[in-house]
This record gives sequence, structure tokens and C-alpha cells, in this order.
Amino acid sequence: MPFMPVKFNLPKRVKLAQGLWMIYWLSVIVGILIFSLGIFFKIELRKRSEMMDNNESHLVPNLLILVGLLACGVNAFGGKVCHDSLDPIKFAKWKPMLKPYLLLCCGFNALLLLTAMLCFLMQFAVYLTLAEGLKNSIKFYKDTDTPGRCFMKRTLDMTQIEFRCCGNNNFRDWFEVQWISNRYLDMSNDAVKDRVLSNVEGKYLMDSVPFSCCNPGSPRPCIQHHLTNNTAHYDYDHRIEELNIWTRGCREALFSYFSGMMNSIGVLVIATIILESVDMAGLKYLSTALETMEDPENPECESEGWLLEKGVKETFSELFAKLKTLGKTNQVEEGADAQEAAT
Amino acid sequence: MALMLVKFDLKKRVKLAQTVWFMYWFAVMAGVLVFSMGLFFKIELRKRSELMDNNESHFLPNLLILMGLIACGINALGGKICYDSLDPSKFVKWKPILKTFLMVCIGFNVLLFVTGLLCFLMRIPLQFTLAEGLRNGMKFYKDTDTPGRCYMKRTLDLMQMEFRCCGNDNYRDWFEIQWVSNRYLDFSAKEVKDRIGSNVDGQYLMDGVPFSCCNPSSPRPCIQFQMTNNTAHYSYDHYTEELNVWRRGCREALLSYYGGLMNTIGAMVVLVTLLESAVTIGLQYVDSSLSTLANPEDPESESEGWILEKTVKETFTDIMDKMKAMGKGSKVEEGGEAAAATVS
Repeated sequence: MPFMPVKFNLPKRVKLAQGLWMIYWLSVIVGILIFSLGIFFKIELRKRSEMMDNNESHLVPNLLILVGLLACGVNAFGGKVCHDSLDPIKFAKWKPMLKPYLLLCCGFNALLLLTAMLCFLMQFAVYLTLAEGLKNSIKFYKDTDTPGRCFMKRTLDMTQIEFRCCGNNNFRDWFEVQWISNRYLDMSNDAVKDRVLSNVEGKYLMDSVPFSCCNPGSPRPCIQHHLTNNTAHYDYDHRIEELNIWTRGCREALFSYFSGMMNSIGVLVIATIILESVDMAGLKYLSTALETMEDPENPECESEGWLLEKGVKETFSELFAKLKTLGKTNQVEEGADAQEAAT
Repeated sequence: MALMLVKFDLKKRVKLAQTVWFMYWFAVMAGVLVFSMGLFFKIELRKRSELMDNNESHFLPNLLILMGLIACGINALGGKICYDSLDPSKFVKWKPILKTFLMVCIGFNVLLFVTGLLCFLMRIPLQFTLAEGLRNGMKFYKDTDTPGRCYMKRTLDLMQMEFRCCGNDNYRDWFEIQWVSNRYLDFSAKEVKDRIGSNVDGQYLMDGVPFSCCNPSSPRPCIQFQMTNNTAHYSYDHYTEELNVWRRGCREALLSYYGGLMNTIGAMVVLVTLLESAVTIGLQYVDSSLSTLANPEDPESESEGWILEKTVKETFTDIMDKMKAMGKGSKVEEGGEAAAATVS
């Protein structure tokens, strides 16, 4: 008993072939979309790779680019087969390739599923990379004269301005590092000497933040220095002041940006899986409908299409039986070899 | 002797009609492009209208939007006429309005060209509006508690950060106004009283700039305050320091942005004008080739197409004569009425 059989006559077959051809072209466009999203994601990771210590994993965008290209190829081929299916002569040359093609599509769907899962799971890796990378970025903020790190200040300033964030967890991260280069500190000055000696590592620490932490929406000019000293500024209480500098940490800001992107891409990949499954089902119906024509010479005869030739259970048991015979054949061969060797 | 005469047979006529139909659909898309450019320009002006004192002229973007819509309509109609021109029965209903339609097209082309020219010329009023508006914008920077101006600070800060500029002409403009609100000045402090007493208007002036003037590419943390005082900062010379704050003035930055935008839009509009002229000429050929069929019943007969029925000189003299005849016709009528009035 075939699984989900459907009766077809000529107009129905033609309609199926045309509808399937259109869906295949839609799938090609979706493949192009996934490819471009993969490239966009890769570019975004590269843009902020300094924030992630240059060791972020490019697995997900590379996989997306590969899957996008494969989707284009597989679906374009399927569309061509559909287009030719209405002409028996052209369809005859595609007939032998259909079974391996459908198996390839199954494998491709499995790859898509893996990609979608990676999109959702790799967010943890991104979070950890960001935490580590930002901590180091803040540490290297002052090294504007060290080759290889001289642009860290600019990158971090632009990131804080663009993402409206300050520091790693919050603005107090800036109090724990020296973010002014020693070149601009007057070491002969008493105040400077006091600060440098006041901590074990000899760092010039202060309760100030860089200008990029400033919030333009604040009604008063930005207070960057002596942030925890209420008496240093007129009418200022650092405990209730909310608008002066950005209160969000950059790790949270960057992570929410990347996780939003990865979630959207993951949802799109799942939608692609559903679309590809519809494609496969349609192609299976079309190929079986064309094979079971009662009278191959008469194109107007009736035929039947199905998804599986036998029921689901029977197909699976047959598959297992096949696998077992494969294994048994090996054993029989080994036994024969051993006998030959013995004699 | 017609202007640029071309002989047509059936195949050539069909090809001409199809080509002109294609070009009309390109022209519809060009009309959509002009419409969207006008819309984009209007949005950009509105975004920064605070910096232009809310009295910038929206004449040009409104004109572009109108032109874009009219272009879409005219070109869609032209495309329909071309599509129907291959079928004599359908073409018959368009024939009477074709001459008027061509006149309208020519008028629209002239208007489109004028719009393109305006795009290049309206830069000058914009320059004045920007200069005035930015000066006031800086004056109102501190008024974050005045309703209607409370967002001026944020707008100005975001603009200076986005366009990488500081002040009107340069950063020294900030030295001439008070940009710290009185609410955050401690009037009991001696330093504040000194500064306020040091100028006629009683303003708290200082040689400092807001944080949005800071250049992130500077190797040292931003020096915002006491900028002209070399001794206030270690290893600092304000005469040679270039990377600390943005050196460009915001008027120049905004003007170059809007100027570039208007130049691009103007160039596109001129290109669209050329396209429109080409489709108008194409339609004139279609019309004339279908009107001069040697044998109206036989679609395969030969015909001729032209741009003008007579030469340019003769066409102009014809038009002048027509206008004179119209004027004389009015005069004769007036004379007739006067004679009738005197008689009775």
C-alpha cells in the first residue's frame, strides 16, 4: 500500500510540474539570501574582530556561505528537471539520476538542520569570546603607540559610541585599568606620583571614563572625571545620575546585537528546511506520477503518484534488512576466504 | 520635407513599438527612482531641520516627488499606447489624444530639465540657511530645560559625532557662547563669578568644547577643557595639536553632504530627462508611421515616420502664424462687437 497516493491526469501533472518549478526558483532565491546573510555575518564578525581578540570562530558564517551555494545548485538542478518533466524525451535522460538526487536532497536537509542548530548554539561561544576580548581591549586602550594595537583606542571609542555602551559590564571597568598612556602623564607631578604609588601594580588609576561613554541625551555637559566624587561637581549625585554616561556594558550590547542576528538567520534556515522538504515531496510525486503511466505512449493517460512505494514501517524494515544483508555478505566472504586460506 | 524621415515596413514597425514599450517601462522605473530620491531628500532635510532653524525650503523635494509621480503616470500611459499600437482596432481609440499627449510630454520634459537645473542651484540658499541655523543651534545648546529646544543638545552632539565636525566654522565658535546651562553652575563659587563678570553679556565663557567634538583617533585621551592653555596639560601644544578635536566646521561638513546629495540627484534627473526625450521621439515615430500607411486596410503596407512633419524652420513659422491668426481672430471679434455696439 503506497504511502499517501494521489491520482493524476494530464492537467494535474502539468499543474504539479509548473507549481514545483516555481517553488524551486523561490528556493534558489532563498539560497542566494542565505549566502548573502552568511557574507554579511562574516563581515560583521571581521569588523569587530579586534573586540574579540581576533580569535572568534568563523564556522557559522562559512557554513552558511557553503549551504547557500549548495542550495542554489541543488534547487536550480531540481528546477531544470521539473521544466523538462513535461517533455517525455527530455525527461528520459534525467530519470536515472532522480533517486540519487533525492538522497542528496535528504543529506542536504540534514546539513541545513545542523546549520540551524549551530546558529542557535554558537551564541554561547560568541558570548565567551566577547567577554574575554573586551576585557583585553580595555586593557590595551592606552597602547596607541604599540604596533598592532595602535587602533584599539579608536575601535573601542567608535564601538562605545555606536552601541551606546561603556566598559565591559558597566562603566566601573574603566576605574580598574590605566587608560591613559604614560606618554601623556607628567611623572614629576606629585598628584601623578601619588596615584601611581597608591596601588600594587603602579598603575595610574582614576575614577574617570573616556569621552566615548558620554550620553548625548544628558541635559548637562558630560561629567567624565571624578565620577564618584559628588563634591567635585555642582548639583551632582553619582548614585542617582542616570543620563550622564551610558549605563549598559558593551558585552551585553554587542552580544544582543550578534544574538539577534544569529537568531534571525537560524529561523530563516529552519524555514528553508521546510521549503526544501516541500520541494522533495513534490519532486517525488512528479517522478512517480510520470513512471506509473498506464500507457507510456499516450501522454493523456491517468497515473498515480506517492511519497513512498510501501508504507512507512515496511520501507524502514526493508532498509534494515538491506543493511543486514550488506553486513552478512561481508561475513560470508570472510568465511569463504578463511576456508580457502585453510585449504 | 519632414525632419529625419525613416521608412517603415510591418516588421520594423513591430520592432519599433516593442522597443518603445520597453523603454517606457524603464521610464516608469526612472519615475519611481525620481520619486524615491525626492522622498529621501525630504526625509534628510526633516531629520536636521532643527539645525536649520526649522525654516528650510522643502520646495525642491516636493517638486521631485511631484515630478516622479507625473513621470510614472505619463510613462505608464505611453507604454499602454505603444502596446496597443500593434493592434489597429485598439489604436483607433488612442489616435485623437495622441497629439495632445505628445505636447504634454514635451512640456513635462522641459519641466524635468528645469528641476534638474534647480537641484544644482538650490545649493546656495541652503548654504545661508545652514549658516544661520547652526549659529542658533549652538546658542540654544544649553537650553535643555526649555520646551521646544530641549533636544537641541542631543541633536547637535549626534550631528558633530556623525559628521566629524566641531562648531560652525571651527571649534573656536564654542569659546564665544555659553554652552553650560546655568542650572549646573555654582554661582557661589569664585571662579564662576569671575568668568561671568569678565564679559559684557554676563555669560559663562570658557575655552572648552563639548565631548562630541572629540576625535576618537587621537592617541591621547580627549582634551576638552582649557584648550588654549598649554601648561594645563602635559606635553600639549594647542598650536600643533591636530588630532585632539575635529578641525572641520559643521557648516562645511553639512554643506558638502547636502551638496553631494543634490548634485547626484541633479545628475540623475538630467539622465531621466534624456530618457524621457528618447521615449517621446520614439512615440512620435510610432504615431507618424501608423498614420501614413500607404494602404490603411493592409497592415503589411509601407509607411513613413518622422519627428516633425515639416522642417524645423517651417514648423516654427507655422506655429507663429497660428498664434497670429488666433490674435487676429480675437481682434476681428472685438472689432465686430465694437461695430455692433456703435450701430445699435
